[in-house]
Amino acid sequence: MENVIPYRLQIIAIILAVIFMFFIFRLIFKGKLREEYSFIWITCTAFLLLFSIWRNGLDVIAKLLGIYYAPSLIFIGALFAIIIFLVHLSVVNSKQHKQIKDLSQEMALLKEKLESDKKKE
Amino acid sequence: MRRVEMEREMNKIVKVAVIIPCYNEQDNVLAMFSEIKNSKYDNAYFVEPIFINDCSTDNTKQILVSNNIHHLSLPVNLGIGGAVQTGFKYALRNGFDVAIQMDGDGQHPPCELEKIISPLLNNQADVVIGSRYISNEGFQSSWLRRVGINYFKWLNKKLVGVSITDSTSGYRAINHKALQVVSEYYPDEYPEPEAIVLFVLNNLKIQEVPVIMRERQGGKSSIRAYKTVYYMFKVTLGTIFLYIRLKFNGKRHTI
Repeated sequence: MENVIPYRLQIIAIILAVIFMFFIFRLIFKGKLREEYSFIWITCTAFLLLFSIWRNGLDVIAKLLGIYYAPSLIFIGALFAIIIFLVHLSVVNSKQHKQIKDLSQEMALLKEKLESDKKKE
Repeated sequence: MRRVEMEREMNKIVKVAVIIPCYNEQDNVLAMFSEIKNSKYDNAYFVEPIFINDCSTDNTKQILVSNNIHHLSLPVNLGIGGAVQTGFKYALRNGFDVAIQMDGDGQHPPCELEKIISPLLNNQADVVIGSRYISNEGFQSSWLRRVGINYFKWLNKKLVGVSITDSTSGYRAINHKALQVVSEYYPDEYPEPEAIVLFVLNNLKIQEVPVIMRERQGGKSSIRAYKTVYYMFKVTLGTIFLYIRLKFNGKRHTI
C-alpha cells in the first residue's frame, strides 16, 4: 500500500489545493465571500492540502475506523460535509426570508406615511 | 399616545382598521371599497378600509392610486400572511383599537362587520372569527374544503382544546392586545388555521360568530385544487411546530 498515489499525481493534487485555497482567499479579500461562509471552504482546502501531502493519511484513518475500502471514506466524509452545509444554507435562507419580509413591510409602511404626510401639507 | 387616549375617552369613538389583502384583485377592489364606505355603521365606529397590495401583477395598484384609495403597497410579494401582517403593523402603529381582516375577493360582506367587532368591544373576546358553519347559511364552499376545515377543527381541538368551526375563515377581528401578538409573529402562507394556535397559546380569547358569506365575486381563489395537498401538509406542519415552539420554548419568535 506504499505507492498508492504516484508522485506526479501528488504534486498535481498539492498544486490544485493551493490554487483552490488562493481562490477562496481572493474571494474573501475582494469582499465577495463573507467570512462566516468562508470558514467551511477554508476547512475543506485545509483537508485537501493535508491529504495531498500526507499520502497514507487516508489509509491510516480508514484502517482506524475499520473501513475496508479507503476511498469510500472520502465519499462518506464529502457527503456528510455537503449535507451539513446544505442545512446551514437553508437556515441562512430562512433567516434572510424573514429579514426580507420585515424590510418590505417597513418599506410599505414608510411609503404610506410619506404619501399621507404629503397629502396633509 | 396620551392625547390620543384622552380623545378616545372623551368621544368614545372606536377606530376600526379594515385590512384587505389583495393580490391581483383588479375586478374587486373598487366594488369592495365603495361597499365598505357606503355601508352604514354605528356612530361609535370610525371605519377605515386599508388595502394591502401584495405586489399584484395586474392593474390593482393603478386602480388603488387613481381612485385615491388608502392602501399600502408591498415592494415584493409576501403571500397573504405577510400582507395581512403589514396591515396589523399599520393598525398598531396608527392607534387603531380594532383590526378586522376581510378578503379582497368580495366573499366577506361588510354589513356583517359590526357583528364581528361587537364581542371585542364588550370585552367578551380578543379575537372574533366569522364562521359560515354555525348557522350554515349562505355560501358553504366546496366539499373538499369542508373536509379540510373539519380536519383543522380536529387538529386544533387536539392541540389547544378549542373547537373552531371555520378555522380557514379570513373574516376575523382582533383587539389591541391581539394586534401586539400578531405584529410580532404571523405565519406567511395560509395563516388562518395556524393563527388559532398562536392566539390560544398567547392567552387570547377566541369567539366565533355566525356570518353569511358569498361566493367570490371575481378572480381566482388563492387555494386551488392541486395545491390542496400542499396546503394541508404545510398548515399541519406549521401548526404543530408553532405549538411546540410556543409551548416549550416560551415566546421566542425567530424565523
